[in-house]
Parts: sequence; C-alpha cells; structure tokens
Amino acid sequence: MPLVLAEGIQKNFGSLEVLKGVDLRVEEGEVVAIIGRSGSGKSTLLRIINGLETFDAGILSIDGERRTGLEKDLRPLRLKVGMVFQQFNLFPHLTAGENVMLAPREVKKLSQRAVRELAEETLSKVGLADKFKAYPDQLSGGQQQRVAIARALAMRPKALLCDEITSALDPELVGEVLDVVQRLAAEGMTLIMVTHEMRFARNVGNKLIFMHQGKVHEEGDPRELFAHPKTPELASFTSAIQ
Amino acid sequence: MSYAFSIEPILDNWEIFAQGAAMTLLLTALGAVTGVAAGILGAVSRAWRLPVLSPFYAVYVECVRNTPFLVQLYFIFFGLPSLGVKLSGWEASFLAMALNLGAYSTEIIRAGVMAVPRGQIEAAESLAMDRWQIFRFVILRPALKTVWPALCSQIIIVMLGSSVCSQVAAQELTYAANLIQSRTFRAFEIYFFSTLLYLGLAILVRRFLKAFGRRIIDGRTA
Repeated sequence: MPLVLAEGIQKNFGSLEVLKGVDLRVEEGEVVAIIGRSGSGKSTLLRIINGLETFDAGILSIDGERRTGLEKDLRPLRLKVGMVFQQFNLFPHLTAGENVMLAPREVKKLSQRAVRELAEETLSKVGLADKFKAYPDQLSGGQQQRVAIARALAMRPKALLCDEITSALDPELVGEVLDVVQRLAAEGMTLIMVTHEMRFARNVGNKLIFMHQGKVHEEGDPRELFAHPKTPELASFTSAIQ
Repeated sequence: MSYAFSIEPILDNWEIFAQGAAMTLLLTALGAVTGVAAGILGAVSRAWRLPVLSPFYAVYVECVRNTPFLVQLYFIFFGLPSLGVKLSGWEASFLAMALNLGAYSTEIIRAGVMAVPRGQIEAAESLAMDRWQIFRFVILRPALKTVWPALCSQIIIVMLGSSVCSQVAAQELTYAANLIQSRTFRAFEIYFFSTLLYLGLAILVRRFLKAFGRRIIDGRTA
C-alpha cells in the first residue's frame, strides 16, 4: 500500500486548469523530487496532498485513507503529513523552542516535559539545540528553515512535504538546509519535495517527477532521467537549468 | 485683566477631585477590559464570517460608530428603564463605554487579524491545529501587537469621552468638577485644574498601556 496515492487529480482555479489529471505514487521511505517550470502545478499538487487546497476530480488516498477533497476536518490527515514552506512561516512571537512545542502540546496534548524533550530532540536533529530560546528574527534564513523542519518533525509525520524550501534562501545557506533533508532521507523519512536543486534531486532522490502543463510528463529514476530524458520538454528544462 | 487666581477651591475640595479621578479610572479600566474583549470576539467573528455573530457585529458596529456617545448613554440610562432595565449612573456609563469601545476595537483588531500573514496560518493548519487554537496561539498576539498603538489611543478617547457620563450622574471627574464649581463659583480654577487632571490621567494611562503591551502582548524575553 503506497503512502500517497493520487490518480487523475484535477484542479481548476476558475477557468485555469492547473492540474489536468495527475497520477502520483509514493511508497513509504521514498524520496520523491518534483521538478518543473513555474506554473506547471508542482506546488499546487503538494498543497492538495496536505489539504491546503481542494481538488476538483480524481482519487487521493493518504496512508490508506481515501480523501474526497471536501472534508471539513483535515486534522487527521495533517497528523500524517507535515509540511515545510518556502517562506519558513515560523510564528514570530514565539521562540524556536516554542514554535516546535506549540502543536505537540496543543494538538497532541503531550505534557510540558514531554514536549520540551521533543523540542530539544528535534532541534538538535537540525543542529540548532543552542537556539532553543532564540526568536525567528534573531536567526538566519537557513536557521529559520531548519526550525521549521524541526517543528514539522515534532508532530512525527509519516511523510514530509517540502515546498521549494531553499528558494527563499541566500545561496550560502542552501547547503545547511539540504544537509538536514539529506540526513532525514538517510533515516528513512518519506519525503516529497518540490525543488529547483537539480543536483540534490539527482543525488538524494529515489524518484524524479517532471511536471509539465499540469501533468506528470515524465517520471522515473533521477540519474536515468537526467542522463537520458525521454521527452524534449524535460531535455530542454534540464539544459535550461544546468 | 484683573482676575485673582485662587488655589483654595482646589485644595479645599481635593478629596472630591480624587474620588472623581478614581471613578474615571475605574470606569476606563472596566470599560477597556470589557470593550477589548468584545472587540476580540467581534474581530474574529467578522474576519471569519462566523454565522450569527458576524451579522450581529456588523449591525452593532455600524450603530455605535454612526451615533453620538452621549445619545447612546442617554438611551441606556433614560431609555432602557421603559423596558424594565434600570441602571445606576455608573452602571449605565460603564455599559455605554464598553459598548462604544467594543465597536471601535472590533474594527481595529480585525485589521490586526487580517494583517497576520496567510503563510503562518497555513503553517499552523499543516500542524493539525484547529481554528480556535490557531486564533489563540498564532493570530491573537501578533494581531494585538500590530494594532496596540491604535487600540491604546481608542481607550484614551473613551476615557476622555467619559466626561459626558456626568450627565447621568456618574460621579466621575467632570461630575466632581461641576459639583465643586457649583459650590465655589470658581469656574476658571476648577476647570483649569480638571483639564490638568485629565491630561495627567491620559499620560498615565497611555504609559501604563504601553508598558502592558510590551510586557504582556509582545512578551519577548530576549
């Protein structure tokens, strides 16, 4: 049973068809990189998986549970898939530690002691054990994004969705965030990432999805696809990027 | 210009002044707490278009913002007894001030709620928080922080506006001044001194609110 199974997902924004029947299959422990030009529907697909967007047609099941896309209560789904955003979206009035502790304490009702240990554990996993008491505006972009990863991990999700998590970072800070993601991948975390980091997609991913005009245009082994793209669209995309 | 300023009418009646100032502060404190609480509920009702509450607040806000405070006060004090609701002068004053501030602060706090970046709310949603948890832990403090200066000004406006509560025999500062003036006929001294007292109270309250904002709303330890 795949962790994420999507068949024929369609999404329209008014008359604009953003997704025109997307199929996606992600097994537990897989690291899937989704690439494609801007406007190809990558982020929308990720947001649909997390329930931040509804969808208009198709079948989506997460961890064996079928979703209609119209549920009022998305919390059971969101306990299974965590999300990290391009703009970090840390809560600015809370310290790094409080950012991590908030949801486990309020949503999972864990004790103060348990959430504190959890926050210390996840923050040290992203290399920021010493920043527990720092506020977001006292951290660099790369550190903020690592706190955001720790915050998502603290909910113990089965999969982590990463939406262009290095796109808003200064180039010299990209590495520290990708290192964290690479370590998670090595530990067996299921990752679905929309990314522009082609080298990372090739070296760390088990599967590459190339989206083009609202569809999965090509998919397969990253090294294989980068070396021998089957379609001219992927070939021109990779050559434009490298 | 041969007016001889006399300090006696002030010194002789300092206790009445002090009681009046204390009543003004008490009315302001109660009105501010109740009014801001009503404003927080109003802001979330309007921002999220909650059924029942949102239309109720829409009507309430428009009614209060487009009518004079004195007429609202008269309606509560002189009008409501016809419906069997009899309030004392200070009760009617408190209610009028809270209602008035509730309406204005609904709009002020709503602006703060709308200013919280969408991404932070999405991040909270993706952490499986429900909307009330999101409001309480993610939206409320940053929203209040954003609009706190505007909210403080509105509280001061309501405090100064409470001077008309003397008209329904609430024994606040202006009531005290009127009383002393009618006894001493020293209008210049009495109203000059009351003006100074209002100025002092306003500065004091503003300072207190500013410190409160820094300590409680912002609440940063570093």
